[in-house]
Amino acid sequence: MKWILVAAIVVATVASDLLQSHEMKRAGEQSVGAGGFARLLHTIARRRLLILGVAGNAVSFFAFMALVQREPLSFAVPASAASYVLETLLAGFVLHERIGTRRAAGALIVLAGVILVGG
Amino acid sequence: MTKRGSLVSRPAAHKSSAAKVYAVLVLFLALKAGGNSSMAWGMKHVPEKMSMDPTLYVRAMLNPFVAMGIFALILALLTRMTLLSLADLSFVLPVTAIGYVISVFLGKVFLHETVTNQRWLGTVLIFAGALLVGTTSRNTTRLGAAPDARSGDYA
Repeated sequence: MKWILVAAIVVATVASDLLQSHEMKRAGEQSVGAGGFARLLHTIARRRLLILGVAGNAVSFFAFMALVQREPLSFAVPASAASYVLETLLAGFVLHERIGTRRAAGALIVLAGVILVGG
Repeated sequence: MTKRGSLVSRPAAHKSSAAKVYAVLVLFLALKAGGNSSMAWGMKHVPEKMSMDPTLYVRAMLNPFVAMGIFALILALLTRMTLLSLADLSFVLPVTAIGYVISVFLGKVFLHETVTNQRWLGTVLIFAGALLVGTTSRNTTRLGAAPDARSGDYA
């Protein structure tokens, strides 16, 4: 069960990040001011994928709530770092970013850490 | 925040902005770790086990520790945005990775969790890995885009 919740947190977080990043780039630059904030809300309301991104945030948060209820905090927080691994994989295979040795090594070290934390 | 009329205004202004970044950083780490701990403490005292039923989560939020935790986590989010307005993402990502270690420490001290050596080792590895991944993003942003494209973001 704990790994299902960790997976839910990681997938929802990463999907939400990707959707938000993708949609906000298409929406163009936002400003942070009195009117800027209202426009941002308007943008969110108009873009369905962005709403999905925000929903992803909510799913990830609720899954985290369920995880800290069942498992120690000293497992829940480090385990959620598995998002680095999925993010790096997606950046390479979906976004076709060039993944340097350093980043690949970092993601692998995080993965090893998550396995140890869970053991 | 900055003290006006100090003897050496220029270096002081420089110093205070760096001090401000670190003050906001410490505030963010404290809010995040404190919020997580408070929520974890509260959730362990909520009798109903969370499932797919959304009303359970709403009811859990009525627990004062859960509510306080969520409030602190919202403040943490806003503080992180402030931090991103003061410093580059390439600085923020690696320095906030220390949060993993802090959470495990708080879990042990305040929530009385048993943290095995293996778990400590795993946490340190996660911290180290997150540092590596975080510092690489600086290189890609600096090379790939104008500094204002990301560092000036309001996240």
